[in-house]
Amino acid sequence: MRFIFKTAYLQDIRLFQHRGQVFWYGLLGLALLAAPWWASEYFMSQLHFICIYSIVGFGLMMLVGFTGQISLGHAAFLAVGAYTEALLQAAGVPFVVSIACAAAFSASVGVIVGLPALRLKGIYLAISTLAFNVIIEEIATRWESLTGGSGGKHVSAVSLFGWKLESDSEFYYLCLALTVLCCLACINLLRSPTGRAFVAIRDSEISASCMGVNLAKYKTLSFALSAALTGIGGALYAHKISFISPEQFTLLASIELVTIVIIGGVGFLHGAVLGAAFIIVLPQLISIAKDYLPSAVATTGLQGVVFGLVLIGLILFEPMGLYGRWLKIRTYFELFPFYRRGMFRRQKSYMKSERLR
Amino acid sequence: MSFFKVEQLGIRFGGVVAVNDVSFEVNRGEVFTIIGPNGAGKTTIFNLVGLIYPPTSGRIEFEGRELTGMAPHRVAEFGIARTFQNIELFEHASVLQNLLIGRHRHRATSLWQELLFLPSVRRREIEAREAVEKVIDFLELAKYRDSLVAGLPYGVRKVVELGRALATEPKLLLLDEPSSGLNPEETDDMAFWIEDIKKLLGITVLMVEHDMNLVSRVSDRVLALNMGEVIAEGTAAEVQSHPAVIEAYLGGAVK
Repeated sequence: MRFIFKTAYLQDIRLFQHRGQVFWYGLLGLALLAAPWWASEYFMSQLHFICIYSIVGFGLMMLVGFTGQISLGHAAFLAVGAYTEALLQAAGVPFVVSIACAAAFSASVGVIVGLPALRLKGIYLAISTLAFNVIIEEIATRWESLTGGSGGKHVSAVSLFGWKLESDSEFYYLCLALTVLCCLACINLLRSPTGRAFVAIRDSEISASCMGVNLAKYKTLSFALSAALTGIGGALYAHKISFISPEQFTLLASIELVTIVIIGGVGFLHGAVLGAAFIIVLPQLISIAKDYLPSAVATTGLQGVVFGLVLIGLILFEPMGLYGRWLKIRTYFELFPFYRRGMFRRQKSYMKSERLR
Repeated sequence: MSFFKVEQLGIRFGGVVAVNDVSFEVNRGEVFTIIGPNGAGKTTIFNLVGLIYPPTSGRIEFEGRELTGMAPHRVAEFGIARTFQNIELFEHASVLQNLLIGRHRHRATSLWQELLFLPSVRRREIEAREAVEKVIDFLELAKYRDSLVAGLPYGVRKVVELGRALATEPKLLLLDEPSSGLNPEETDDMAFWIEDIKKLLGITVLMVEHDMNLVSRVSDRVLALNMGEVIAEGTAAEVQSHPAVIEAYLGGAVK
């Protein structure tokens, strides 16, 4: 068992709470930095995707997990980021500027999408974001002079200050650096007043506003931030795939992004990374498993079925997601042998004041 | 200039007149209580004062400024904090985080500073924490500091909500039935705290309450409402013995 004695307020603000965390995150960091030496070419490619989807996951987690606003249209922000990057790169804009523009443009689109969030809640907000996804998809298909229509658009490798990042490992370091930066930005925000205002809106809008939280401002801000992160993810995605077309940003892609958050664990930044890793690795595991399964089972629909089952199973048995499961396992060993089954069960509160308006 | 003034306040929901022509003044440093039978319009007045409902008539003034027509979050900026009858805490956050949200109106850092977590943000965070720790000390919440609100018993949540309101450093504190759902001991504690809030912190309290023991113990002045209208105003003893109040609670005398 580990006892943390708190002697200064700074201890609660610091990034790492104790030496154990420094050690394990350090080890993880080293392993990731050394990935080009130990990972196969194939695995490197998966790591690219995990990084990209983690960034998108952070964005969605800020919105869904911390501000409590649902979005079923995040693939549209991915598209906005990807197309902005593709067009700016074609126009010869340097990468540092173009990715910032992708984030900024995506954020401003996010503000527009966030506007209905001031009036809509729950399922209605989901429907309006879903409609937005369809609109963006349609624009990407029809505006052929700009986007190349369904014929798609080619994107070449990133060139950073005149240095072309053509190899897998160079692009990997770029993705990894951006993932770490985005993660740090999210952590910083969550330990400052803005992040707390998000959480307040998630848990009780009425009392958030009584505490002086401007609901309109912070909901819009959350949408903008979420869109900006997704835009960054989209820009990297464009470079990774090197070819973008509207059918990569459909409603199904949006649902896949929401799955990252739910599988990983709603309300935990770790969840975004775990969820991203999960949805990248699972299809690979399924395709490996297909070799050993009878041909009647090993059809193309298998992946959809497994995804659906995993999602339903998690919602039923582990609403806190993969990270929640990990927390339980860790607590079990930390407290051994004093862990009780009900430790993470939350007391139901039946008393809720009448929801005002 | 009066500290807090409500003038001819009224609101109707469709054909129902919930509050009609209610006027009262709260002086700086007193505990002012609104009583009345169920459905008298007490909580509605609170929601009007908190700007959650727009009034159909009348005006609300705080330190000479008119509040009516402002966005609800502005109320906190002026130094008015409230608690809710049935507790509206941030369930999935710790007690400490709940209280820190109370510091929201004192924030002074921009989004960019926060994204980078500059030393200025760190310093402000420590200051916020120090202010919150004072409230934790005051309300004896130290042992619940890091627990999630969702797992706390009802009585403690009630105190946490009071603490969250105090963390905003209000000038006027609105308490909506501070003793509802509390056992006699906890109600007793609540009475001590309300007295201390008035005497030690110098915060003016406007509250709605049913428990007459608590009311007569802490209130300087009491206002009785029935059917959305003022029926009596005065000290607790005066109001309790007022014939209109007795009639409102117990019904009229048989003739």
